[in-house]
Amino acid sequence: MNPILLTPHEKTSRYAILDREAPRLKTVLGRWESLLAVLLVAVFVADSIALPHFLDLENLLDGTSNFSEKALIALPMALLIICREIDISVAGTLALSSVAMGLAKAAGLPPASLLPVALATGGACGFLNGLLVTRFALPSIVVTIGTVSLYRGLASVVLGDKAYTGYPQLMADWGQGYFFDIVPREFVVLLAFAVLFAVLLHATAWGRRIYAIGSNPDAARFSGIAVDRYRLALFVLTGAMAGLAAFLLTGRIGSTRPNIATGWELEIITMVILGGVSIAGGVGSIGGVLLAVLTIGTLTYGLSLANIPGIYMTITIGVLLLVTIAMPRLLRGRPTRQ
Amino acid sequence: MKLLKQREPLLALMIVALVGLVGLRAPVFLAPASLANLVTDSTLLVMLALTQMLVIVTRGVDLSVASNLALSGMVAAMLASRNPGLPLVLAMLAAVLVGLALGLVNGWLIGYLQLPPIVITLGTMSVYRGLVFVLSGGAWVSAHQMPQDFIAFPLTRLLGLPHLVWIAAATLALTAWLARYTRFGRDLYAIGNAPQCAAYIGIPSARRLLWTYGLSGLVAGLCGYLWVARYAVAYTEIAYGFEFTVIAACVIGGVSIAGGIGSVAGAVLGALFLSVIGNALPVLQVSPFWQSALTGLVILAAVLINARGNRHRSRQILPLHTSDMKSAA
Repeated sequence: MNPILLTPHEKTSRYAILDREAPRLKTVLGRWESLLAVLLVAVFVADSIALPHFLDLENLLDGTSNFSEKALIALPMALLIICREIDISVAGTLALSSVAMGLAKAAGLPPASLLPVALATGGACGFLNGLLVTRFALPSIVVTIGTVSLYRGLASVVLGDKAYTGYPQLMADWGQGYFFDIVPREFVVLLAFAVLFAVLLHATAWGRRIYAIGSNPDAARFSGIAVDRYRLALFVLTGAMAGLAAFLLTGRIGSTRPNIATGWELEIITMVILGGVSIAGGVGSIGGVLLAVLTIGTLTYGLSLANIPGIYMTITIGVLLLVTIAMPRLLRGRPTRQ
Repeated sequence: MKLLKQREPLLALMIVALVGLVGLRAPVFLAPASLANLVTDSTLLVMLALTQMLVIVTRGVDLSVASNLALSGMVAAMLASRNPGLPLVLAMLAAVLVGLALGLVNGWLIGYLQLPPIVITLGTMSVYRGLVFVLSGGAWVSAHQMPQDFIAFPLTRLLGLPHLVWIAAATLALTAWLARYTRFGRDLYAIGNAPQCAAYIGIPSARRLLWTYGLSGLVAGLCGYLWVARYAVAYTEIAYGFEFTVIAACVIGGVSIAGGIGSVAGAVLGALFLSVIGNALPVLQVSPFWQSALTGLVILAAVLINARGNRHRSRQILPLHTSDMKSAA
């Protein structure tokens, strides 16, 4: 807003609203999503050259189960982070939802009721997070650091040193089953939800308001958006999606163990941030998140085909995150202070 | 009564009350040996919380401390176990320098490239943790591989107190001095309160952030050696998830995650509070499975108590024309 910064040809009213930029190649290529797409193609090409069996379609599709559940939580997490909030407790929520399903199954509930049980448990966890954040005006990172040990702790209290097994066939069908004998059901669920979230965020007033809240919560509140209600709803949504992920994951591995989904919160947040969602709020797209998910998925799948231990994936993902975040800054040179 | 409205005396009182309550149920908890043990157990958390406090005051967060600790500890353990003749000081120095270097990497990325701290330390956290595995090949360094003096140092007594307590006390004194009496420390509060203004009045924010994260790394490196030596084992998963405990200690101690607010006493008391709970649960014969849940509840309770009065985010500046809306404000 400093007039000294204006070069002569942009010396217009300071309240001028710029027209939408013309779709020039440079601006399109400079977008985060384009960079990610290039990265995804590069990873894909490198993997197919280095690994002889990489391009096997069945294996490739099977590899999606590695990231489908995490990506399902990454979608609402993206909305939360766009909204300037964060939820560290998702893996704890997932564990608690899985335990709730184990309890429900042990209590003799029918298989069809297990999904609602998981969704309700996850939703309740999310509701508690949201309530604490909105009702007491607490920073979400602090609240969810507290609730993650609460949820995971409750799960371990119920579970003790045991593990729940013997889940009904229905869960195995969704966790490890296929459509048309080739496409994993989890992946289809992920794609369906990705489309749903993309429409929600990019094509509805609801989505615009999430951006508005993330860009400036106070301005959003004064322009009549029920900011806290949106925040609460997003926390519940994130919890419920963690419940859904718990249903699929428990079905896939067929058991609830004390260490289920440990460390997932950080992988999920990495996916979201790599997808171009700004931690400062107001910026990001579902397409970017999905591209980041696919990039990480392809990378980890390639590494596992090459028999590289899982911890190298941790390093790779960390380096990927650092490089993609730092690269634009390094290329653009030193940022100018405003 | 005014004293009780302040956070630190209140927290200190809560700790004393908690210790007393636990003592009522299990008198053995109040035995001098048990209390001394409690203090020794809390030292690492106290040290890490102190530097984390400085980081959080600048509106940052250092999620990589636990990974840094694991990597520095592994370096020290491997160095000492491969070279039994190596003086202990050199092994410690190696841990400290590795920690400092890792911290400076964070600091450079956050300070000079102005990248968001939570993202950067999330990334370096994975990388550092992974490097522990790369370095050790996934193998453990266990007690019999480490030299005797390497293991003995943290609990060796000097003037009746273990070295661990002396080191923590020195860190406490240094941080208190740094935060209160040096330009460096005061600048950190300015940066956290209003980053733009700090830049305007000529505070070298980038350099300050570089060294704040460097300091956090340095202490993490020192704690890495102390942790490995104290528990006489080094492996990849050491202190896994400990970064959240450290941040929780700061938050309980009243350090504001939004930056600018935080005191040395608060961080120490927060760390002590968590340590008391951690040590009391086994004494009260609470199942270890409850530990995490109770810790979570305590964090939430402490945060809620701290948050009283946070709610006034916006004020009614202009008078409302209708009097019946007074309650809505």
